[in-house]
Amino acid sequence: MSEAQTDIRLHNVTKRFADLLAVDAANLTVSAGEVVCLLGPSGCGKTTTLRMIAGLEFATDGDITIAGKRVNHLPARERNVAMAFQFYALYPSLTVEENLAYPLHAEKLSRSQIAERIARVAKVLELESVLKRRPHQLGEGEKQRVAVGRSIVRTPTCFLFDEPLSRLDIQLRQTMRTQIKEVLAQLDKPTVIVTHDQIEALTMADRIAVMRAGRIEQVASPHDLFSRPANLFVAGFIGTPQMNLLEAILLDATLSADGGTAANFHLLGENIAATVEGAVARLPAGSKVTLGARPRSFELVAPGTADTLHALVDLIEPMGAEMLLHLVEHGIDIRCVVPHTMRVTVGERVGVRCKPRQLHVFDEQGVLVQ
Amino acid sequence: MSKREVRSIGTAGWGRTAGAAAISLIYFFPVLFIILTAFKTRQDALAWPVKFFFTPTFDNFVSVFFRTTVEGGAAEATGFGLYFFNSVFIGGTSVLLALIIGTAAAYGFSRFPLRGNDTYLFMILTTRMMPPIIAIIPIFVLFRIFGLSGTYVGIIALYTAFNLPFSVWMVKSFFDDLDRDIEDAARMDGSGEWRVFKKICLPQVYAGLAATFVFAVILTWNEFVFALMLTSPETRTVPAQIVRTIGGSMGVDWGLMSALETLFIIPVVLVTFALQSQLLRGVTFGTIRR
Repeated sequence: MSEAQTDIRLHNVTKRFADLLAVDAANLTVSAGEVVCLLGPSGCGKTTTLRMIAGLEFATDGDITIAGKRVNHLPARERNVAMAFQFYALYPSLTVEENLAYPLHAEKLSRSQIAERIARVAKVLELESVLKRRPHQLGEGEKQRVAVGRSIVRTPTCFLFDEPLSRLDIQLRQTMRTQIKEVLAQLDKPTVIVTHDQIEALTMADRIAVMRAGRIEQVASPHDLFSRPANLFVAGFIGTPQMNLLEAILLDATLSADGGTAANFHLLGENIAATVEGAVARLPAGSKVTLGARPRSFELVAPGTADTLHALVDLIEPMGAEMLLHLVEHGIDIRCVVPHTMRVTVGERVGVRCKPRQLHVFDEQGVLVQ
Repeated sequence: MSKREVRSIGTAGWGRTAGAAAISLIYFFPVLFIILTAFKTRQDALAWPVKFFFTPTFDNFVSVFFRTTVEGGAAEATGFGLYFFNSVFIGGTSVLLALIIGTAAAYGFSRFPLRGNDTYLFMILTTRMMPPIIAIIPIFVLFRIFGLSGTYVGIIALYTAFNLPFSVWMVKSFFDDLDRDIEDAARMDGSGEWRVFKKICLPQVYAGLAATFVFAVILTWNEFVFALMLTSPETRTVPAQIVRTIGGSMGVDWGLMSALETLFIIPVVLVTFALQSQLLRGVTFGTIRR
């Protein structure tokens, strides 16, 4: 099978529940061997999208293609898609071994073939010692591994995971994250993971689709998502601490020789000059824009330095090697991360400056200017 | 929760244990009194003050099955063997039928709701709101017309109908409590709807089915009015015959009555004990954290 035929394609997929538009014209392609995370706040339609790929919900409109075949009308059991559920959904009345064997009943395998497959999966996921137990006798991590095992025991066309790690404690989460990543890397199938945890998405995904209110806002690699958020929602959603989004007026902008743009902005009562990426020069002077700056893009400078914002230190949160400063100016909160060695006191007036080319400019509609 | 923990008296505390024992005794006393009377001679049974220590006799139990009904005549079979068989057969069959039909209906109501699902469910419940005795004349007439009076088919059909509403409601609540994701997982794993029901849903509600079974058995086992009206001497159940045993030329034979009642209690006690652990899970279903 060629690469193009083993992928998942969503074309304008829409789902309506009575009056509620759960998913609005979603477009997404997941190629073989690729892991795509659907990331978004609760109720954004990511799970519904996953369930439509699975065949547990039917799309109201649009096309869902798996491995080159339109599957819109097929029920779940005929799609040959493997899915691991958020709460594992292990069969309570069956042992681990029987749970793992369950998906194989459709394949009409011999007893020895089934035993062989189970043994292989049990070995990969370290489940050999618990094969005879029932789900209620397992720990959270073991349940999670059985759920994963049940989806990889057969050879489906693609893999779906619904919040796979949400129930595990932090330590187990890290172990499982690596383990799932390793398992998926060997399978060379398209994989879709739903999560609301951006760390999970950033670490596990090849690409991330950020969703909000039924729409896919941006699909990009974790790095691109972080460095070039397509709009204000993505900018504010990705990255902790949250990006600072400050309203400003563009005074003027000129393309500079090195490909950047030298721009002047008026914000928080001051005029500052900054070098920014993107075609900011095409915006007319006087445009309302929103400037996005990551808390780590700011550096503290002596007050009075040119092109510097001034604000009062309102709160200091230690974060280990760094500290998070909450600054206030004109009633606007600015978050800024600085090394913990910095000497700053609450109530002090400080100057902050954005490092060159780390300022994102969004137009009046909230779309990244690029 | 594979095995129930058995607490020793020391853990529960002697005071609480004594309290529980006292309450149990109050509840159990009438039953105990009947059992004791079953082993008494006629003189002992009628003695005042009540005798708690006496020489036990099995005569009453023998009398249940064989006794002289005419003064000076030979002992005759009373037919109670048949009546006990009838009670077990009619009760068992109708409860099983109600459970099978009820489970199917409950699964349908729970998983494939119709427009107006709740209305149908409510209608099913209303059939049990009216005291059954109100319907006895129409039912009696119906049975006459269709020739069902005195037949096994008739009384089994009637008891099945009586047990159905309760079975549907109870079993539905167990299905409602199940995690739907598990069924979706089975569908993802290639199962059709029948397999989802049989392999995944049904095994999860066994405890609930057992609880429903026991409650229905108790209700049916004790049913008296319809058994009296609609059974013939061949299909008569124990409660309908007990009432015919009360009279007699020498007044009520309390020893005999008690022996009958003791025998009558035994099957229910056995069923309840056999399904005890399932029952406990059944009645606490959904109330405990899973």
